[in-house]
Amino acid sequence: MITKRTSLKIVALGAVSAAALAMGGLAPAFAQTKELKIGFVGVTSGPAAAWGTSNVRSMQTRADWLNEQGGVKIGNDTYKITVVTFDDQKDPRRAIAGMEKMAQEGIRYVVGPNVDDGAAAVRPVAESKGIIYFPYAFPKSLYEKPASNAVLGMVANYQSAPEIYKFLKEKKGVKKIAFVAANESDPLSQRDGGVAAAKALGLEVVAANDTYQNDTRDFTPVLTPIVRLKPDLLVLSGVAPGNAPLLIRAARELGYQGLISAETAQDATVLQEGAGALANGFISVGGASTPEIRSKTMDEFIQRYTKKFGEYNDESNTKVYALDYIIETLKANPAAIDNVEEYKKTMDTFTAPNPYVKEGHPLKYVGTTSFGQKRQVSVPMVVTEFKDGKFETLFVGSVD
Amino acid sequence: MEQVVVNGLYLGAQYALIALGLTLIFALMNVLNFAHGQMYVLGGFVTYTIYGQMKLPFVLALVCSGLTLAVVGAFCEKFLFRPVIRRSKRDESTMLLAAAIAFLLDAVILLLFGEKQRGVPKIINGVFLSDTIVMPYDRIVVGVVAIVMIATFVLYMQYSKTGRAMRALAQDRVAAQLMGVNVERYSMIGFALGAMLAGVVGGLLVTITGISSGIGGPISIKAFMMVMIGGAGVVGGAIAGGFILGMMESVGLTVLREFGDITYLVIFVCLMVFLSIRPNGLMGKPWG
Repeated sequence: MITKRTSLKIVALGAVSAAALAMGGLAPAFAQTKELKIGFVGVTSGPAAAWGTSNVRSMQTRADWLNEQGGVKIGNDTYKITVVTFDDQKDPRRAIAGMEKMAQEGIRYVVGPNVDDGAAAVRPVAESKGIIYFPYAFPKSLYEKPASNAVLGMVANYQSAPEIYKFLKEKKGVKKIAFVAANESDPLSQRDGGVAAAKALGLEVVAANDTYQNDTRDFTPVLTPIVRLKPDLLVLSGVAPGNAPLLIRAARELGYQGLISAETAQDATVLQEGAGALANGFISVGGASTPEIRSKTMDEFIQRYTKKFGEYNDESNTKVYALDYIIETLKANPAAIDNVEEYKKTMDTFTAPNPYVKEGHPLKYVGTTSFGQKRQVSVPMVVTEFKDGKFETLFVGSVD
Repeated sequence: MEQVVVNGLYLGAQYALIALGLTLIFALMNVLNFAHGQMYVLGGFVTYTIYGQMKLPFVLALVCSGLTLAVVGAFCEKFLFRPVIRRSKRDESTMLLAAAIAFLLDAVILLLFGEKQRGVPKIINGVFLSDTIVMPYDRIVVGVVAIVMIATFVLYMQYSKTGRAMRALAQDRVAAQLMGVNVERYSMIGFALGAMLAGVVGGLLVTITGISSGIGGPISIKAFMMVMIGGAGVVGGAIAGGFILGMMESVGLTVLREFGDITYLVIFVCLMVFLSIRPNGLMGKPWG
């Protein structure tokens, strides 16, 4: 006799069996979509948080966008992108811990760190664990042989400075140049590179030793003696986006009327809020930043970023590139998905269309001139002038 | 040289105001408030939101910064420091609590206001120019306001009933209690006042230096330096420490500029030598 309880059991078993069969039938379709983890190790807290935050947010915005389109097809598989982040607090010891965490998670490609000492500190971990990383740090030793796992994620100041100074010498009549830098490894090394480039161009360097603490809030005492030297160009070497408007404002309020430039990427909103019209004429380097050269894809990226995080950061004009470079290189050689040696082989010949500019500037690895091997992403070297809250393109260069 | 002196005085007035709140809280409760810099930052962001974003009057923004931080300070004293002081006999407990509050505020501020440096429109345009001195009018205004606020604070502490009660508390907590001073009430008022000062200074200086989420720590360190120079827990010492540090910075950055950034190195060496000779600072009293 079939009781009510037995009937319920039969129905329940039938339902479970049907669900299992349905799942089994769908299983092959799900199996096609895998997860590709890309790491980030950099600074997202403290005074330099802006550097790493723009990295992370660029990666997350781009990853969400690609995932929304169904993921990326690499070889025969489709991958959803997952961004794994680690805040190194600008501390080399934490950067090492972050890179080790990435290794433990089986991550092969990491964006960051953001500063020289962090990038140098993670090198042994990256090389021993087989990780390719994309620092935003300039020491050549990271990219020259025998090093081979680091790929510079932007244009270095020793590549952009000669171009900028030459342009300003020829077009604006700059003869005397002064440098001021924060008393930290990155800005100081950038300052030294800038001084060498200026001297090579025959410019008179009137100030090369002036420095400031990175947490300085009022730069009037720092700039008072420099302004008195009346340079034609004041270079803010390696200046953090937060300090740039304060330095510009202090210099202008002290009566400085010459040009001011920096070789680091800046943010238009920060400049406008912090210095307003006093920042007009400020020259800096960005990537795919200005409406004149950016593509519709870049416009959409900015819209998506703004929608996701409330406000765009112009530093992301350069930092949007790293994730695309990793994905496109993996597409070019699917065997590199878990083998960085394959990735390195592909770097020498890799090229792909650049989605972020209207034309030209294909994605490719460069750096042969500076490092003797291709260990740098090619991004357009867009030299911009700040004017009334926006960046305007002065000229576009490139690195080989 | 006149410019260097003016820069030093202006910086000193700023620094003195920053250090006042810190030394007040230390005097009243023997608490090293590591979150003082974060309170300064929060005050700056309140002014940024009200004056910079909502375009409301600057004075209103400054008042709101002060009130917000007074509430935060009173809350911290009543619900965090008071129970810890009651239950723990060790000074480290309050220090750890203060450090935890600093980290918490850092994280909250970063979440609420983002990672970018923020700035507001100048409160007054123009620059004072003479043969030897260049000084923007807004810096002059901020310097004068800072000096007026310091004077008001000193007078308030000297002559008001609340000020007298807090001074009594700072001198001898037990004796003040025996004389009928409501220790808990005045501790809370004192902490709120110290936090309020931090908030007002943050709001005031956002017009000159802007504000960003990560600067709380460095601000606290500078404030501690001033307090160490002047003497912990002494209002006059904090003021003196602020002006001394401001002047040393201004002179050092001019005289030592050819040698790179050794100004702070020299300042720290001087501080070490000074403290080895006078461990209680200029006006401080021996602990206990």
